[in-house]
Amino acid sequence: MPADPDPAADPAARTPSRSYGSPSQAARAAVADAFGVPAFVLGATYLGFGALVREADLNVWLGLFSTATGWALPGQIALVELYSVGAGVLAIAIAVGLTNARLLPMAVTLVPILRSEGTPRWRYYLFAHFIAVTGWAAALRVCPHIPRPERLPYFAAFAATLWATTLCATAAGFFLAGIVPAYVTLGLIFLNPIYFMLVFAADVRKPPRVAALVLGALLGPLIHLASPDWSLMLTGLIGGSLAFLGWKLWGGRHAR
Amino acid sequence: MPADTVLWPLLLMLVGALVTYFWRALGVALSGRLDVNSDWFEWTACVAYALLAGLIARMILIPIGPLAETAVTDRVAGAVLAFALFFLFRRNMVVGVASGALVLVLLTLNRPFF
Repeated sequence: MPADPDPAADPAARTPSRSYGSPSQAARAAVADAFGVPAFVLGATYLGFGALVREADLNVWLGLFSTATGWALPGQIALVELYSVGAGVLAIAIAVGLTNARLLPMAVTLVPILRSEGTPRWRYYLFAHFIAVTGWAAALRVCPHIPRPERLPYFAAFAATLWATTLCATAAGFFLAGIVPAYVTLGLIFLNPIYFMLVFAADVRKPPRVAALVLGALLGPLIHLASPDWSLMLTGLIGGSLAFLGWKLWGGRHAR
Repeated sequence: MPADTVLWPLLLMLVGALVTYFWRALGVALSGRLDVNSDWFEWTACVAYALLAGLIARMILIPIGPLAETAVTDRVAGAVLAFALFFLFRRNMVVGVASGALVLVLLTLNRPFF
């Protein structure tokens, strides 16, 4: 694929510049695309999730269930961590809800690109489950350039490949953590915070989000000491709102 | 630690999955009819960023489970080196993540008490 400098600008308006030939060939190309760096990196982090599941004294089926049904790693990790500190269902539901609210704008931007005449509406709701950052970014990059009938098959096959990979990786990480020496398990579990630290460090461009990251990193450990089960919710709401308000006030004074 | 390690976490994961799918489905229902650059979405992004940054910092500084047996200086050293190498190698995720985990493992092995 040719490099696209700004895939999110107005991808739906662009005319297709290439075609895979048919929807099923688009799906096949998507499987091949996914089985490269995306599956490798995501697989490694889900190894870490599998190890985390074992260390939280959960069984492998629960880990697989979480990956199959949750399928957005930050929310899955937040859930297992909150479970480990004994948080209640409401605290966990709110923390996972706040963590994954970003999936809503992602779906809002992706679905108009994937839309094609004659595709029943329920299919978008089915494949909505596969919306997570890696597959979403790949679809935004590729799909605007291919004919509409090939777009949903491309996204669905790409994301389903990653989904299957992460399921295998979850189980592999779980069993690896049981047979490798304890210090290797430590490394596996450490993959998760390091991976997300780097994802966010690489992604920050907007000033309020930089402030949100810094405030969250400072508040998170402090609030955790006071209230482990509500700490994530409070950190998100306080740190995020302060960062947002600061940006609105500061930006307002300087822009006008 | 919670007493029940099967049904209770299963219920939690079910709730987590429903909450997560709710956002995805609502996004499909509202697709094309919302401005994703609005203040509302910027605020939700800020909340999610702060929440996850808090979780990551907590996992590195005050971990629970086996990571709690490692030294905080070793974990911070791993995180700092991962950060440095990630940007040094032009945002290479594999180099960054692998170096962070490897540094923690090697430093931990070097501790006499482990």
